[in-house]
Amino acid sequence: MSEIEKLRQRIKDLEQQLLESQCKSAAREKIAQMSSEVVDSNPYSRLMALKRMGIVNNYEKIRELSVAIVGVGGVGSVTAEMLTRCGIGKLILFDYDKVELANMNRLFFQPHQAGQSKVEAAAKTLQSINPDVEIETHNYNITTVDNFYNFIDTISTSSLLGGPVDLVLSCVDNFEARMTINTACNELNLKWFESGVSENAVSGHIQFIIPGESACFACAPPLVVAANIDEKTLKRDGVCAASLPTTMGIVAGFLVQNTLKYLLGFGTTSYYLGYNAMQDFFPTMILRPNPNCDDSYCRQRQAEYAAKPKVEQTLSVADADEGAIHEDNEWGISLIDETESINEGNATSEISTGIKLAYTVPQVVNTESQEQVTKSDGPSLEELMAQMKQI
Amino acid sequence: MVDESTRKTLSSIPLLQTKAGPRDKDLWVQRLKEEYQALIKYVQNNKSSDNDWFRLESNKEGTKWFGKCWYIHNLLKYEFEIEFDIPVTYPTTAPELALPELDGKTAKMYRGGKICLTDHFKPLWARNVPKFGIAHAMALGLGPWLAVEIPDLIEKGVIAHKEKSAE
Ligand SMILES: [Zn+2]
Repeated sequence: MSEIEKLRQRIKDLEQQLLESQCKSAAREKIAQMSSEVVDSNPYSRLMALKRMGIVNNYEKIRELSVAIVGVGGVGSVTAEMLTRCGIGKLILFDYDKVELANMNRLFFQPHQAGQSKVEAAAKTLQSINPDVEIETHNYNITTVDNFYNFIDTISTSSLLGGPVDLVLSCVDNFEARMTINTACNELNLKWFESGVSENAVSGHIQFIIPGESACFACAPPLVVAANIDEKTLKRDGVCAASLPTTMGIVAGFLVQNTLKYLLGFGTTSYYLGYNAMQDFFPTMILRPNPNCDDSYCRQRQAEYAAKPKVEQTLSVADADEGAIHEDNEWGISLIDETESINEGNATSEISTGIKLAYTVPQVVNTESQEQVTKSDGPSLEELMAQMKQI
Repeated sequence: MVDESTRKTLSSIPLLQTKAGPRDKDLWVQRLKEEYQALIKYVQNNKSSDNDWFRLESNKEGTKWFGKCWYIHNLLKYEFEIEFDIPVTYPTTAPELALPELDGKTAKMYRGGKICLTDHFKPLWARNVPKFGIAHAMALGLGPWLAVEIPDLIEKGVIAHKEKSAE
């Protein structure tokens, strides 16, 4: 290493230390109880004013609540910051990614954090913004088998009192992780919000999933907000996804607003809220669960909900009429036995104004004409593994 | 849309029957046997049509898969390591196939070298749960990806041919 390089490295280290010490010296002491006193040293005065104005009955309740955030990227990090500034009791963060310079078109993370794990970098910043919030971090991918058991265990025991978290927020960017959260929350009977921004960055949505009561993520193919862009003119050559800090910030705002409304009991919580950035259109709807949902726990939760006394059923049938998924939905064609077989199927169905299914799935499929694997007998797994190795 | 040759390849891979994921104990063993049967048939098909292009194997539990795939361009063989985990929600969700050594070399990848799939992959997979398996994911996902991306990466000089001592 040359002398100049050494000096450069030294300057970088010192800058880092300086920044950290500045953060430390600026950090405030913990506050035991939220006060509504309006003085410039009280970080909660404007929040407690919600109580004085009669918007929220007991804002201090937020200090007892625990929220899990899965995915600390463009939406999740902003979500975490908002809840931290609101004085949430505890945040449990999950992500397995590192901060990259390519993330700097989004909010929250800063260039000097590049290379750090997202959960650790986020925890540091959040802790310095509000030391009253307890932050727990988990640096792993929840979709693999081992991590999934850890994930289930964590969200069912990580509240401030050692019980299940009050709410799970999905801020992930892929179908696999969403389906994993769905599986976990159906099994544990936990309420959660799904959130997402489209890969073309000009639409997004949030969806409130109460197992058995509103449609789960497996009840139907993913919902998309129609952005009124001709798919044929959308060029995907050379890139996977685009992103905008605006769309992500708006979706995070929707997500936290509805989280607060649900947790603190004010206003009406949206079951589905979409955002079409091209036209500034915000569709809403309620989606009932699919009685034939693939997820057996979803069906079990539906039966439990149906058995509840009617007064406890918050979602009335009249409310739910809009956008119901019917058993006999004719969901297009598919498959590879006919000549028609592999194509996009017929036009995707609109489920509510401005909201459609990403794709359609047939209820009954015919596979008779194609060869299937032999179901029983035959060679053992070990023999097959050995055979595969020897090819 | 899926092109004619992919369609033909897909229809020659045996369909699976058991809907089971890695948490399903005995049923998962049955599913794994079906996965291996379909993969063996697919590789044999490839060999007999002179289009052998990958090998895969898994850990004992069938949850972690690894192997090699290769692509011939101008008579030169370019080889890459493949790896992926079976997600806990499999087969409802497809495995995310990754080529870790190409991570960061192309925009058509997500973190960790997971390949970016075309718009039709997910609908087609969803319509064919649980009949599609790993062999189908390879044929429908990785095969077409290599055919588009590798010549482009070679052209751009991002990847170069490596002499291999052993073939
Ligand atoms: Zn469901």
